[in-house]
Amino acid sequence: MSPKEIFDNLKQVFSAEGGSASGGGEAILDGKFEGVLDPYVKISPTKFKEIALYLRDDISLRFDFLMCLSGVDYTKGLLGAVYHLFSMEKHHKITIKVEVPVDKPEIPSMVDVWSSANWHEREAYDLFGINFIGHPDLRRILLPDDWDGYPLRKDFKVPEFYQGMKVPY
Amino acid sequence: MIDTESIPLKTSTGRTLRSEEMVINMGPQHPSTHGVLRLELVVDGEIIVDVVPHIGYLHRCFEKHAEAMTNYQQVIPYCDRMDYIASMNMDWAYALACEKLLSIKIPERVEYIRVIMGELQRIASHLIAIGTYGLDVGAFTPFLFCFRDRERILDLFEITCGARLLYNYIWVGGVSHDLPSGFIDKAKAFCKYFRPTVKELNDLLSYNEIFIKRTANIGILPADVAIAYGCSGPMLRGSGVNFDLRRDDPYSIYDRFTWEVQIGKGLMGTVGDCWDRYMVRVWEMEQSLNIIEQALEQIPEGDVMSAIPKRIRPNPGEVYVRSESPRGEIGFYIISDGSASPYRVKARSPAFVNLSVCPEICKGYMIADIVAIIGSVDIVLGEVDR
Amino acid sequence: MEQVLRDIFDNHFFIYTIMAIIPLLWVLPYALFAVWLERKVSAHMQDRLGPMRVGGWHGWAQTLADILKLIQKEDIVPKAADQKLHFLAPFVVFIGSYAAFATIPFSSAYIGSNINIGLFYIIAVSSIVVVGILMAGWSSNNKWSLFGAMRAAAQIVSYEIPTALALLVVIMMTGTLNLQEINQIQTGWFWNWLLFQKFPFVFIAFIIYFVASLAETNRTPFDIPEAESELVAGYHTEYSGMKFALFFLAEYANMFAVSAIGATLFLGGWNSPFGNFLSGPVWGVFWFLSKGMFFVFVQMWLRWTLPRLRVDQLMYVSWKVLTPWAFACIVGVGLWMMI
Repeated sequence: MSPKEIFDNLKQVFSAEGGSASGGGEAILDGKFEGVLDPYVKISPTKFKEIALYLRDDISLRFDFLMCLSGVDYTKGLLGAVYHLFSMEKHHKITIKVEVPVDKPEIPSMVDVWSSANWHEREAYDLFGINFIGHPDLRRILLPDDWDGYPLRKDFKVPEFYQGMKVPY
Repeated sequence: MIDTESIPLKTSTGRTLRSEEMVINMGPQHPSTHGVLRLELVVDGEIIVDVVPHIGYLHRCFEKHAEAMTNYQQVIPYCDRMDYIASMNMDWAYALACEKLLSIKIPERVEYIRVIMGELQRIASHLIAIGTYGLDVGAFTPFLFCFRDRERILDLFEITCGARLLYNYIWVGGVSHDLPSGFIDKAKAFCKYFRPTVKELNDLLSYNEIFIKRTANIGILPADVAIAYGCSGPMLRGSGVNFDLRRDDPYSIYDRFTWEVQIGKGLMGTVGDCWDRYMVRVWEMEQSLNIIEQALEQIPEGDVMSAIPKRIRPNPGEVYVRSESPRGEIGFYIISDGSASPYRVKARSPAFVNLSVCPEICKGYMIADIVAIIGSVDIVLGEVDR
Repeated sequence: MEQVLRDIFDNHFFIYTIMAIIPLLWVLPYALFAVWLERKVSAHMQDRLGPMRVGGWHGWAQTLADILKLIQKEDIVPKAADQKLHFLAPFVVFIGSYAAFATIPFSSAYIGSNINIGLFYIIAVSSIVVVGILMAGWSSNNKWSLFGAMRAAAQIVSYEIPTALALLVVIMMTGTLNLQEINQIQTGWFWNWLLFQKFPFVFIAFIIYFVASLAETNRTPFDIPEAESELVAGYHTEYSGMKFALFFLAEYANMFAVSAIGATLFLGGWNSPFGNFLSGPVWGVFWFLSKGMFFVFVQMWLRWTLPRLRVDQLMYVSWKVLTPWAFACIVGVGLWMMI
């Protein structure tokens, strides 16, 4: 399926039932297919879990392979997670974007949907401070457990001291 | 604390025994963790109850470095240092992403040079994987045989770009040097030399009875688990999934060559065991030789520097490009904000993702098997930790 | 030999000291040579040269230099180690393997102690090594060392059974436990050697003995107690300097001891393979040592060729393969002798 069809499919399934009825507002926020290199669909974090399960299990979509999960700091008070999905069966791709405010960076965890999200989410938590709700083991993965701050955020200041020791430059 | 009671204990012979458990630390300084991986093992005697991998000892925050560079081109040496066993493929993957972002058309000759280098690098990397795997199960000699052959590939790289490990050879839009005179002949001579040594390796290690005993039916990774965990490369193909990015998501000019995707068939045990993962690498080396030989025949003349942009300043946008590194799917997610340095670079490293499946497939085996399983995953910690 | 010494000296203690030191005069240079040989053998099998610099010709002085280095090294003892056991362990291990030399006949004229239960004594005394290894593993207070020690204990104890059974075949045929007498029975041309008697039972017994002896000396494919890629170095991980060298020495002494026993029991020991050609007490030493060194070489050959087994597979080989076959050999030889 082309990204446009995927988007229409999602829109039909999740908007027709009334995103507003569940109280979370519109589930499928946006999609862009023309004039960009990688087409993407923007999704609201509230209904992300259901959409993800639908993406994985629907017979015509079958997105069973999470290629990549990237945290992004969009500045302007927004953090995001970008999910690159691929279907081993249908050989089609889609990019899912989720954006959350930086003061409440909470995205539902996708570990139950794609197991590979486990370490990716830990990495995004480690480097961006995005909180993945429902993650079984959300610890820092690359940085030491006692590290302060989230280095890949654009406003991160490189610390001069670590554990009371001067960091040499 | 881990709830060990809920985990069914099964030894490889199917017995169920239980005694007091012990936590034991394997790594970061341990000969068979291939660098600085640390595994926290919960063992019952010699039987593994749980494995908790701890990574990050080699973390350099590649992504932060990439953002701090003043030029897209400057990121390439850092890519080299990510997977230092297969630097060419790392550079290539990053260059592919930048080229897609810039929409550059690459000269024919460059594409051929990249394919030759990429495949030579794949052989070199698989040789290390195979050799160190032999070392992990206690066979020392195949390791040195593999290194002997790898030296010849490194010699080829050295005459091309002067470096033996970290090349900075594949640039955005081209390569740093044209092939030196005599390279084609030397590469052909290597192909001729290398084919029989694969057979030698098979006789010495692959079909050795003890080696098969140690690896068959160990660390079985079923295909659905492999896909769910995002495994890729020989790890995925070892589980019998017929999927190779070079064929199924073609990039560069791989569609011009005839070669076959090798998958694990469970010849010695179950599909997806350590032996399958190991053997897929051996077979892939032969396929890479096929590709190299065809590329050496077909390579056209031309200028390799013509498409290199003077100044890299892509339009705002973002791109995720993946390619097949020796360890699997190396992907670069690059966001450009229109300035001269990338806004965000995320490297999806195959070894990182492949390693995450380990706790799943290690349980119930013995300590010696852990070594065999970790070895068959073929991790490079520089890439896991980035 | 003992008689000669008796004629010269009067003091018993003095005589026995000399008798005891003679094998040491062989074992120490042998160990130096064997370590060098191992490096050279492995190097040439792996398409490289091995040590080439120290001493000039093919790096012959490499192990001498290594020993000098080891002597100078600081003896590091972990703080949490059980000091006494940690100190004693290497000596116990070395004593265990060295004591076996007491009843091995080096030539028709020299045997440390010509006792009637020589073979039985060797089987018994070589078990002391296990105690030393357990002491080393336990006292190091390191989980990996303990793993190595437990593996070693399990392995050596279980492999003693097929070893003893294979040796029983020899005892049945010769009717004696005295190694000097076993040698004398095999005098003459090489077809008098026990290896070629009652084919194939003794031959199989010899193979069983050799495989089991690899396990007893912790050599590949049975080097599980010190499995480099799993346990780092097993029970001697926490040793340094001379104590480490003692473990090393014990390992090489053990290698030669089992080879020598194999040569003595199955290949005629100090007997010349060609009847009276080049025979006699001095040539006897030559034949004995070359047969022993040949098996040492085979052990090295195997080490640099084969991967290593896993613990449970090792036990499987011992209990379910070697032991039944050894029993079969005993029954076969027994029936043959009755008929």
